Amino acid sequence: MTAYPITDHVYDVVVVGAGGAGLRASLGMSAAGFKTACITKVFPTRSHTVAAQGGIGAALGNMGEDDWRWHMYDTVKGADWLGDQDAIEYMCREAIPAVIELEHMGVPFSRTETGKIYQRPFGGHTLHYGKEIAHRSASAADRTGHAILHTLYQQCLKHQSEFFIEYFVLDLLMDGETCRGVLAWCLEDGSIHRFRAQTVVIATGGYGRAYFSCTSAHICTGDGNAMVLRAGHPLQDMEFIQFHPTGIYGAGCLITEGVRGEGGYLTNSEGERFMERYAPHAKDLASRDVVSRAMTIEIREGRGCGPKKDYLLLHLEHLDPQVVHLRLPGISETARIFAGVNVNREPIPVLPTVHYNMGGVPTNMHGQALAPTESDPDRLAPGLMAIGEAACVSVHGANRLGTNSLLDLVVFGRAAALKAQEILKPGAAQKPPPQAAEEKALARFDRMRNAKGRLKSGEIRSAMQHTMQEHCAVFRDAQTLKQGVDKMADIAASMREIALSDRSLIWNSDLVEALELENLVAQSVVVLDSAVNRTESRGAHAREDFPKRDDENWMKHTLSWIDDKGKTRLGYRPVHNFTLSNDVQPFPPKERVY
Amino acid sequence: MADFTLPANSKVGTGKSFPAPAGAKRVKTFKIYRWNPEDGKNPRLDSYAIDLDQTAPMVLDALIKIKNEVDTSLTFRRSCREGICGSCAMNIDGTNTLACLKYIDDSPGDVMIYPLPHLPVVKDLVPDIGHIYAQYGSIEPWLKNDVPPPTDSERLQSIGERAKLDGLWECILCFCCSTACPSYWWNGDKYLGPAVLLQSYRWLADSRDDKTADRLAALDDPFKLYRCHTIMNCTSTCPKGLNPAKAIGEIKQMMVSGS
Repeated sequence: MTAYPITDHVYDVVVVGAGGAGLRASLGMSAAGFKTACITKVFPTRSHTVAAQGGIGAALGNMGEDDWRWHMYDTVKGADWLGDQDAIEYMCREAIPAVIELEHMGVPFSRTETGKIYQRPFGGHTLHYGKEIAHRSASAADRTGHAILHTLYQQCLKHQSEFFIEYFVLDLLMDGETCRGVLAWCLEDGSIHRFRAQTVVIATGGYGRAYFSCTSAHICTGDGNAMVLRAGHPLQDMEFIQFHPTGIYGAGCLITEGVRGEGGYLTNSEGERFMERYAPHAKDLASRDVVSRAMTIEIREGRGCGPKKDYLLLHLEHLDPQVVHLRLPGISETARIFAGVNVNREPIPVLPTVHYNMGGVPTNMHGQALAPTESDPDRLAPGLMAIGEAACVSVHGANRLGTNSLLDLVVFGRAAALKAQEILKPGAAQKPPPQAAEEKALARFDRMRNAKGRLKSGEIRSAMQHTMQEHCAVFRDAQTLKQGVDKMADIAASMREIALSDRSLIWNSDLVEALELENLVAQSVVVLDSAVNRTESRGAHAREDFPKRDDENWMKHTLSWIDDKGKTRLGYRPVHNFTLSNDVQPFPPKERVY
Repeated sequence: MADFTLPANSKVGTGKSFPAPAGAKRVKTFKIYRWNPEDGKNPRLDSYAIDLDQTAPMVLDALIKIKNEVDTSLTFRRSCREGICGSCAMNIDGTNTLACLKYIDDSPGDVMIYPLPHLPVVKDLVPDIGHIYAQYGSIEPWLKNDVPPPTDSERLQSIGERAKLDGLWECILCFCCSTACPSYWWNGDKYLGPAVLLQSYRWLADSRDDKTADRLAALDDPFKLYRCHTIMNCTSTCPKGLNPAKAIGEIKQMMVSGS
């Protein structure tokens, strides 16, 4: 193996990822006096948070009455009772100060006539525990993620946060179960860096690129999740993958649910507003899993549009062009460029498209990663935190509500920093990571860099993406899933035959993509294994062979480990069916209708 | 005597040529700037013939296809593929733009692809943007107030006040504009350039910000602002349809009126 000189760094806290969660955590950690490094593979404002459109949920009550308890109920119900209710209570209560804090930081929210933050209706958000549609999504036109991400980066500049930009983290440096830092590769000059830290915060986002058609950016490869798997810790609820109802047919670009919040609706080939049949009450503003299933059924039953009858239509041509211009300028542009549609005149062709990963690194509501055992399901994984889409707190359970992802980022980014203040001391002595840890990470890096097989990354990636798309879609059954498991096993094995043509170290994107692919493959394997194992339908996991939710046997989180030989092991954790305070009682499970 | 030779790396040679796959009917050639900092050679222009019937419509789609299937060493930045992250800014057919928003069919002949101009090249289509990022930080692009905000509610801002930020805050920091500006090419060390000045104005225009006078004073030297000569390349090249030239004009007016 080539000898790689290593540059050493010692920090109190290392945050991996600079999206909304990573930036909010970095800010909080720095403000608390921790020497903090934020390591990111892209410049912070290129992170995928930038693409969030519709808004951030909080019961501010700016457009009529609202209550965080109603927000909590909607989230518990949206999660199909797989969410941890204590964490959901925490998030929905903290939502209000969190959004106000963002405004104070300078986020250019849209405004109401009275000068307050504008809030729009969104899927699954109601008043009085399901009675009426709520106006809860605080938004900056339809570019809320952009507004928030840029503002958080600006705040990091203000507080002189330390960034390591375009550094690709290769692996966690583990000392048994304890994380002691990370090994990273600087793309700009090709050098290798060892970062030691009292705690590492995984904020690496989701793994949407495991699928062929997704709204996720190319960088959404769940690198942190895969590192956690390689470190011997589990991931949780990986079978729950959200399909957003309205990705643009073909291109897959996101068209926000805010379109339907502002009065847009879906039709089939017969011109029928079919959501009225599936969700008589909420109609087009039902939860995303419900709408995506309805759309899939419409297409299956032959009521799709177009020559292949394989998409549906999203209408906003009936809306006042002024409203569209003011509230939905971003998607108007996206629809024009990627669908060739003038939204003021014609509908947008749309299709359910992979959008969000409810699963991830199991954590408590303080962002601390868990290493559960049967006797201690909330046992901590020392030295490790996880936040944002990479984490599974679990506030989203089996299906996330729109607007709750931006909320999750800032609430738990902040919570992690608050917890760090309790458990860590700035400048405290650190045990160095064992040499074997970095040797293992470097060996993997070197092996991949010199890979001389017969398959390009692109070929293996394409096989993986099509397998996931075909075998782990909106509707699932044992047979398709099992075929998927077998195919993924072959694909994982084919990683041994990967070939790289670029052996350089400076900005070797051939190598970056191969390492990302390896990360995606590991996650795809546990997704399929978890999905075939869960013999019920809940939230985004819809089994045609087990169409009912089975609370007796399955109201529990799935845990998935991968051992050194690539073999998956599954386990479970109980759902927290209790609240944090007496201000609200836990919501008992009931049938989920919209 | 002044020495007018160009740096050794300025000469771009002819590179490799990759033919179209057999049976391709609608063939388009992409000529792409390549430079590897580790091989000690001059830059070259590689040629890739691609079957458009097997390619999605955008230039970024073609680049990804080339990287996946033809030449995995081709290096470029990309992320969101929908024009919001600003990663894939490059020079296509002589114009700075985002590869993800640029239709292949807009190119009449061969598609010519270079990195953003007048920046140091790290590799292939990846330029070093560090200096512009530092200039962005230098304008202190964050909200500044004399009065602390209300403790449990937002600051109020009228719809009209908020509308003044439209066309400013949407900037994605792709820097197509700054790297298209001849004045920035010449004086980029001291002139802030259109992207950073657009962001300067974003904070000057925000009714919630109290530091207008300080912000204007910080721009008041011969270079930072006044090297803008209204060439307007910035506005004509912006892939998001923003108007940095207008924002710079507004700052100049504020300089005169003092607010």
